[in-house]
Amino acid sequence: MRDVSAGTFEQRAHVGLQTPGLAAALGRAMDHRAVQRTQAFAGTDEPAVRAAGEAIRAHTVANLDHYLERFAENAATRGTKVVFATTAAEAVEYVLRVLRDHGAELVVKGKSMVSEEIGLNPALGSAGVEVIETDLGEYIVQLAGETPAHITTPAVHKTRGQVRDLFNRAHGADLSDDPAELTRFARGVLREKFLAADVGITGVNFAVAETGSFTIVTNEGNARMCTSLPRVHIALMGMERIVPSFRELSLMLPLLTASAAGLGVTAYVTFVNGPRQPEEPDGPEEVHVVVLDNGRSAILGSEFHSVMHCIRCGACLNVCPVFRRVGGHAYGAVYCGPIGAVLAPLLDGFNAAGDLPHASSLCVACTEVCPVNIPLHECLLGLRREIARSRATRGERFAFAWWGRLWGNARTYRWSARLARIGQLPLVRRRRIRRAPFPLSRWTSARDMPALARGSFRERWKRTEGRGP
Amino acid sequence: MRSSDEPKTVQRPARVSLFVTCLVDLLFPEVGEATVLLLRDLGVPVDFPDAQTCCGQPALNSGFPDEARRTARTLLDAFEGAEAVVSPSGSCTAMVREHFPPLFQGTRDETRARDLAARTYELSEFLVDVLGVDRVAGSYAARVTYHDSCHGLRELHLSGQGRKLLAGIDGLELVEMARPEQCCGFGGTFSVRLPEMATAMADDKLEQASATGADVLVGGDTGCLMHLAGRASRKGIHLRPMHLAVLLAEARGLMLSGTVR
Repeated sequence: MRDVSAGTFEQRAHVGLQTPGLAAALGRAMDHRAVQRTQAFAGTDEPAVRAAGEAIRAHTVANLDHYLERFAENAATRGTKVVFATTAAEAVEYVLRVLRDHGAELVVKGKSMVSEEIGLNPALGSAGVEVIETDLGEYIVQLAGETPAHITTPAVHKTRGQVRDLFNRAHGADLSDDPAELTRFARGVLREKFLAADVGITGVNFAVAETGSFTIVTNEGNARMCTSLPRVHIALMGMERIVPSFRELSLMLPLLTASAAGLGVTAYVTFVNGPRQPEEPDGPEEVHVVVLDNGRSAILGSEFHSVMHCIRCGACLNVCPVFRRVGGHAYGAVYCGPIGAVLAPLLDGFNAAGDLPHASSLCVACTEVCPVNIPLHECLLGLRREIARSRATRGERFAFAWWGRLWGNARTYRWSARLARIGQLPLVRRRRIRRAPFPLSRWTSARDMPALARGSFRERWKRTEGRGP
Repeated sequence: MRSSDEPKTVQRPARVSLFVTCLVDLLFPEVGEATVLLLRDLGVPVDFPDAQTCCGQPALNSGFPDEARRTARTLLDAFEGAEAVVSPSGSCTAMVREHFPPLFQGTRDETRARDLAARTYELSEFLVDVLGVDRVAGSYAARVTYHDSCHGLRELHLSGQGRKLLAGIDGLELVEMARPEQCCGFGGTFSVRLPEMATAMADDKLEQASATGADVLVGGDTGCLMHLAGRASRKGIHLRPMHLAVLLAEARGLMLSGTVR
């Protein structure tokens, strides 16, 4: 698998910016999503709905221990096994143990970002278990040997021509780039796998504390196959993906699907209430739910606690002008886009992802669409501060310290401006600077820079208005 | 979501103080002059307290709030007692209105910061919402497209005040580009931290603006305009980025090609 986390955001973004057709493919998908989202919210009191969603998430996350305990108790009464994994390794180990207990050789998987987070597919591969992704987008990404480029639409960066080539190469087929034909083909391949699989693994969109059940939404029905055909079902969830009861779920689900896909409801909404009961004709013999912490508890109660309200709809990605240019791989982390730029440094640490909060122009488009009103741009600002504390270069510290000192009063500000005006003289041609040494070259490499004006506004004002108003 | 205190239905102030911004002061003084001329032309006396330097946004956005406070404090001092503060920048106004209160929270300047935030307006917002200007009479023969700068749009919640002011100008044809609300890629320090990305975003914006056949790209923030003009000039694109204040001042015959008449 390609190591997407190597290098810096700037280096990875360079690759994305140089990839022909990538921005066009992303732009088309995102414009479409933006229109769909707007239509889905039309006729609703969007601010009120979002405020209600925010309130539910805030209450639930503030009482997370209580609701997780209730979920585990209630799930147990119907035979679901709920386990809490503190780390990614613990979660992987538990899944492997269940697979070994059942001698599983083939696993079908529904879409799960938590499985990406814990690196499940490579771990299963090493253990000799065959894993097939059954979400069409995930299947495409798996065939390409990549990771998802988007939280909800993992193959958003692929054109239909690229998908055709992938399918033809992998299966020795001769398909056209007609999406219907490609989908039909994938369905045929996957159907065999569903029927042969020993274990199904899925994510969880929301767990319901009151009933011990959980729900998965898809538009392809693949998650329902994963949860019902194999003998064993393992569901993976982040510890925050829970609601108190069906009452709250009735708001959160449409909020999720409207924000993610512009839909009031997805084609399939699967509720899992546990393994097959004695009086029931079918269903899996065992249902396991792995609740993952993996650094989340450390976010609770911190300045950034509101990111725990996230419902992984991907709406912030769909409006982000930076994401639009390069897609998710440039972020080099499991979670990408604005939410990823906040989550990745918190979950993976500042060494691994400390540059991501700067991968934003702070245009606030993310905050504007977040269905649960996470102030994403403020989180990015806060993280920049935390990261600067431990990781700012000496040059940067020095520059800002002097800047603050000089511009901290108008006299030294004027004085520094005059000095800069003299300093720029060798660089200025016709009131423009076209080439300059570092650090100005970071601007002039691709843009002309205006020269400092011969007379500043305040100097001109003093000349014309100096005698008093 | 923290939303700005909607400063509408405010009484017309007897005079205003100009928050010129460091970018306008040092690089685009004509934008400051246009702002003064416009306000005076509309019968509002203007003063310029020269203790002001910079709102501190570059430092805050880079993760240096202490340094940001140092320069931001010059604004608190300069505008102490000012009835209303007007600025030809959505971004710098948003810094004062949205970010000063949390930036100074828990410091001795907490009250002063909140107080200044409540008295500070972006220029087009001040003209339309506070002065109640419906139409700026004037003439300017050009095909114009309008870029909604991010912080004015999404932090100040400006809603078409700039377009409204352009609509009254004779000879001016306003043509909308695709996604006028999409970021141009300036983003302050973003433009030098990730120059290749910033430039790609500028190219998108310039392409969308050019596709309208406009001669002039109007905006309310010199940061965005500097970024777009720098890119347009480097690529030889014939599209003139122009600040709203300068266009309005020229349309009213107060200025000629960005110089005071």
